[in-house]
Amino acid sequence: MSDFELPPEPGSTRLVATLTVAGLLAGLLLASTYALTLPAIEANAAAALQRAVFQVVPGTTAMRKLVLTGGRFVPADGSEAKDAVAVYAAYGDGGRFLGYAIPGQGPGFQDTIKLLFGYDPQRELVVGMQVLDSRETPGLGDKIFKDPAFAREFAALAVRPEAVVVKHGTGTLPNQVDGITGATISSKAVVRIVNERCAGLLDKLPAAAEVPPAPKEESR
Amino acid sequence: MNAPSSPAEAARLHAEFVKGLWRENPVFVQVLGMCPTLAVTNSAINALAMGAATTAVLACSSLLVSLLGRFIPAQVRISTYVIVIATFVTVVDFVLQAILPDVHKELGAFLALIVVNCLILGRQEAFASKNPPLAAVLDALGMGLGFLFALLCLGATREVLGNGSLFGIDLFGPAFEPWVVMVLPPGGFLMLGLILLLFSWRLQRRAAAAAEEKR
Amino acid sequence: MKELVWIFLGALVVNNFTLSYFLGLCPFFGVSGKLQTAFRLGLATTFVMVITAIAAWALNTFVLVQFPYLRLLSFIVVIASAVQFVEMVVKKASPALFAALGIFLPLITTNCAILGLALFQTSRGYGLLQGIVFALGAGGGFTLALALMASLREEAKLSDVPALARGTAFNLLLAGILAMAFMGFAGLGSS
Repeated sequence: MSDFELPPEPGSTRLVATLTVAGLLAGLLLASTYALTLPAIEANAAAALQRAVFQVVPGTTAMRKLVLTGGRFVPADGSEAKDAVAVYAAYGDGGRFLGYAIPGQGPGFQDTIKLLFGYDPQRELVVGMQVLDSRETPGLGDKIFKDPAFAREFAALAVRPEAVVVKHGTGTLPNQVDGITGATISSKAVVRIVNERCAGLLDKLPAAAEVPPAPKEESR
Repeated sequence: MNAPSSPAEAARLHAEFVKGLWRENPVFVQVLGMCPTLAVTNSAINALAMGAATTAVLACSSLLVSLLGRFIPAQVRISTYVIVIATFVTVVDFVLQAILPDVHKELGAFLALIVVNCLILGRQEAFASKNPPLAAVLDALGMGLGFLFALLCLGATREVLGNGSLFGIDLFGPAFEPWVVMVLPPGGFLMLGLILLLFSWRLQRRAAAAAEEKR
Repeated sequence: MKELVWIFLGALVVNNFTLSYFLGLCPFFGVSGKLQTAFRLGLATTFVMVITAIAAWALNTFVLVQFPYLRLLSFIVVIASAVQFVEMVVKKASPALFAALGIFLPLITTNCAILGLALFQTSRGYGLLQGIVFALGAGGGFTLALALMASLREEAKLSDVPALARGTAFNLLLAGILAMAFMGFAGLGSS
């Protein structure tokens, strides 16, 4: 800054005032942009979540968020802690309870994998799985969400005893997942996340008879 | 903004706009703003989105800084520029999140990191604060588009080589074995390195030709 | 504990800030000429990262819940202040170190790795302890990458590099090879 010729020293009041005014204007602009875009942003997030839930529990037409408070799941009412464990109860036509969509996450090959899977407590089976976020290797590990065959492995997967990954093409038992050739670690990571979630949560989920009824109007 | 009053003025403005596109290209010539250049150029569409977002922030900031430049005391000018830039980045962040959520998810934290792209702060300090609004905006647009062009070059090459596709459209069919490393982080370094190599080779040849002519 | 180890190793090598996320490239190419300076800058950056992680956590928990749109602005202010603070402390406590770091100290403010740290920490929802471990890993990873790059470049000075490739292009190619080597760490946390 030495080569910069400074004009006559302005008082420090002027400096502070400039920064304050700039900060205030910035805050004002940001607050109004935030207020204008928030509805669209929230609608996008809700729509993305809804799409995922509808996909992992086939046949879903309505859903309800349940949160874990005091050792059991109760319908979310907005008062729960922000980091409370949540699952989504999924309902089909006529409000018939179909199963739960359960979010999970854990370390993958490159970075944390976030996913959502559907669980049907009546049949005690995992019924669907979708990867929400991951940074697995393109062309290899990213088949966990790009390869429809891998997703189909989760269409009716037993998790008791816990699911295991086997070499591609050798899966015969209901709890075996055909791994992806060249992406064993990513395949195993997905299955491990599902297993860990099941081990921790399945006993706490309300039984089919005790599930809170479907929301009145179809959730949008 | 006043319209250019004379042909000479118009030519000068034209020059301000064009210089960033090629001769003073921010990435290939000035090597500025490397983080976003390499981080989001694993596909053409990401490169395009990042370039457009950067151009928008740069143009808005330059306009404002050029208009308000003389009211800002020199001692706090950098802090003020940073506030201006951070504000516009946040605005772009929200707008993108609202209208193009998928693109926003792809770019992730790198969108917010536009704030520390030295290209933007550099243009405010070196150009916008000393020039009238029209010239400042043209300079910003030129630099921004030059940045976008460079990103697109990298992104398209990396996507074609590493994924066999362009803008998500499959180019070669299933027989093509993608060169996966190109869409991975090392590919970013290698590709930019090769392009810069190409540039210095061109420069060297041109210098040699000029020397030849003198003789 | 297992989770903390994964966060630390993840930031240190698997997703090295510089070689995998491309953060902090300016100092990575600018200050990697000499091993000793590179190492010291890495340590100073790590220190600022830890302070930033704590401050970002406090901001996220107590202030930004009400004003999420001020996140970017407040992070930048915090980082600039943290760097200023570190500068004052180092100047007081160890004038020798201050002289050695010279211009690199204030330049930490414009290091995108620091802002990146604060943003990643937010988007991943890390708590205080996780945030500090993340900062230590990221700072360590940055220092590691910087030191490795500096050693490579010191070595390359003695070898016969074609005039055409000298400079940024050569450094970029070196970094590409280094990044490829770091890809070998992938899968560390999950097997």
